[in-house]
Amino acid sequence: MTTTTATVTAPAAPHLGVGDRLRLWWDTLPRPAQWGIGVPGLVLLALLPVLRLPVLTTVGTDFGTVMAQFAMYALLAIGLNVVVGSAGLLDLGYVGFYAIGAYTVGLLTSPDSPWNQTDTWLPKQWGWLLAVPIAILITAVSGLILGSPTLRLRGDYLAIVTLGFGEIVRLLADNLDNITGGGRGLSQIAYPQVATSAARPTGIFSAGNATPPWNAGLWWYWVSLALIVVALLFVGNLERSRVGRAWVAIREDEDAAEIMGVPTFKFKLWAFVIGASIGGLSGALYAGQVQFVAPTTFNVINSMLFLCAVIVGGQGNKLGVIVGAFIIVYLPNFFLGRTSLLGIPINGNDIANYKYLFFGLALMTLMIFRPQGLFPARQKLLALGRGMYQAARRATLALADGTADPAPERAEGGAR
Amino acid sequence: MSAVLAAGPVLAAVSSPFDINALVSNFWALTVDGLTYGSIYALVAVGYTLVYGVLRLINFAHSEIFMLGMFGSYVTLWLLGFAPSGNTYDYGIGQTILFLGLATIGGMVVSGAAAVGLERVAYRPLRRRGAPALVFLITAIGASFVLQEFVHFVLPHLSGNNLGGLNAQQPIRLVDPTVQFHIGSAEVTNVDLVIVVAALVLAFATDRFINATKFGRGIRAVAQDPVTATLMGVSRERVIMLTFLIGGMLAGAAALLYTLRVPNGIIYNGGFILGIKAFCAAVLGGIGNLRGALLGGLLLGVMELYGQAVFGTEWRDVVAFVLLVLVLMFRPTGILGESLGRARA
Repeated sequence: MTTTTATVTAPAAPHLGVGDRLRLWWDTLPRPAQWGIGVPGLVLLALLPVLRLPVLTTVGTDFGTVMAQFAMYALLAIGLNVVVGSAGLLDLGYVGFYAIGAYTVGLLTSPDSPWNQTDTWLPKQWGWLLAVPIAILITAVSGLILGSPTLRLRGDYLAIVTLGFGEIVRLLADNLDNITGGGRGLSQIAYPQVATSAARPTGIFSAGNATPPWNAGLWWYWVSLALIVVALLFVGNLERSRVGRAWVAIREDEDAAEIMGVPTFKFKLWAFVIGASIGGLSGALYAGQVQFVAPTTFNVINSMLFLCAVIVGGQGNKLGVIVGAFIIVYLPNFFLGRTSLLGIPINGNDIANYKYLFFGLALMTLMIFRPQGLFPARQKLLALGRGMYQAARRATLALADGTADPAPERAEGGAR
Repeated sequence: MSAVLAAGPVLAAVSSPFDINALVSNFWALTVDGLTYGSIYALVAVGYTLVYGVLRLINFAHSEIFMLGMFGSYVTLWLLGFAPSGNTYDYGIGQTILFLGLATIGGMVVSGAAAVGLERVAYRPLRRRGAPALVFLITAIGASFVLQEFVHFVLPHLSGNNLGGLNAQQPIRLVDPTVQFHIGSAEVTNVDLVIVVAALVLAFATDRFINATKFGRGIRAVAQDPVTATLMGVSRERVIMLTFLIGGMLAGAAALLYTLRVPNGIIYNGGFILGIKAFCAAVLGGIGNLRGALLGGLLLGVMELYGQAVFGTEWRDVVAFVLLVLVLMFRPTGILGESLGRARA
């Protein structure tokens, strides 16, 4: 009799998948232990292009360069995630901000540009580094200018207007021949000319430094990784602040948020501007790494690819979208140049070419079976402190294991 | 938009100044050209508007439905024994109209089937799950990718490299544009005439279908209030299917008209920009509003060409997008307002 009452009153043990268990385990670890695991993990991630594990390494393209591209896309995904994932604004023209960032650096430092400032107030060696904050500033302002009239529109209109914006930026780059070089693009863009040696006369960041593993791709990968960590800390702190709570409220129900006194327009604009500036930073990285910008890189279809990274990874989960970016960049490159996989002969180049087909199919199936993405965001107890949150998590874990005791159960009740 | 504003003075200083004379001297020619493009936009826009009116969904893949229509009409001509040669076939007026009619039907069948299939495969499962709007839109983007890449990579394998692939199809020409009469200084060709007349007839027929038939009443009912419509015995699923079918068929017809005007446009990504512009047209007129789509299409086609004359050919798409942003800023529901249900007047 008593046992039956117990089973009735106790909440049913939540079903937990592998991901949930991992997340719960991670969340209940104390802060130093998290750092203790996180830092070596990050170091391992950073050393991947040096170690060049045979399973992971790409065949057709240099692995270091692929990883550098991945890091750039990861940065883009983090920025787009602020707009799409956190604030729930569908931005289909995010590539426009990427382009503005890249072209700002290009216009300031390329000898093809009429506004080339190299050797006037931008020294050759550090020109790129000085141009980056300017690029971020200009993209932030462009986000503000685009956002202030359009963010008053309803969701689906916003999607189309931003799509138009992305296309306009590309067309401007293509059409303003006298400034942007049109279809020819801008070449010889500045990069940090540091650590020059006899073997590497133009420095480690130059595209000329192409001997693996210590090639330019690796160095750019490391720079990008450092920036990703900074961006994650920045965005993470924002998410845990009043701003982040406002974004979540807007995403879940804009009208309700407005009624509760959240200045929705202001915070939507903030999300747009922060997202834009992170996109601009990534564009500046791209310009420095490739040392060449041309309009075709900034097709609207690339915008969709960035969106793919965010959706596949899991909107709102900033670590998930990094995995999404990895999938988007790494998988096509993995197949490129491969003639056999596990002993089965394949035409890797064909598979790599079909990437949009596969991503399209992936998006469609994902939306039907797992619309929240591979690594969905869990709504955390933003308002309560970390300790409360951890107690709640521990209780969930215990419940799932069937070892629940009454005290944490109550904490879990508060979590709901 | 911001970038355009910023680039305004730069443009004036660096490249050629605005050429108002080109607009004035070619006014009628631009208007006629604009109306032909505008009627094509209008037909495609009707597809966006109907689906939006009923489902509140931007069917992003509609541009690919249009693209499939181009291939559909091309294949129909191909099956009729035409080969893509550089020359124009000359069968006399009667037979040419017959063949064009068959090609139109081919395009309409392919597009209509594709649209209904898309609804079945992609959107219906989501509707069953009650997915939020964003999920629908992302699915539509995914479907758009899949259809484009299908024609890009898979279709060449299926058709022995005769269809699809990276390059545009060799055009099959049935009609050469020949000047019929003049409006002001503008030459009106037979192609212009066919496009505008066909588009107007189709638009009128659709308008009558929506406003004067039982099926149309069902569509309007669902657009106004899906729950009440269901209670009144209207099958929502059937209405949705019908909506996709009509939109798809109109896109197929528009596809054939477009290939008459732009014979080299049959390519896997040939629908993308046109689709976005047609959507702009639908929004311009007031999305969800059938007559708005027609008005918006014609307006966008004409304005775009005026803009092109003033700013230069390469600015045509920019003009279209800036126009969209401006209209949305000052009239967020479009020129005629958004409502399929109340648009019957």
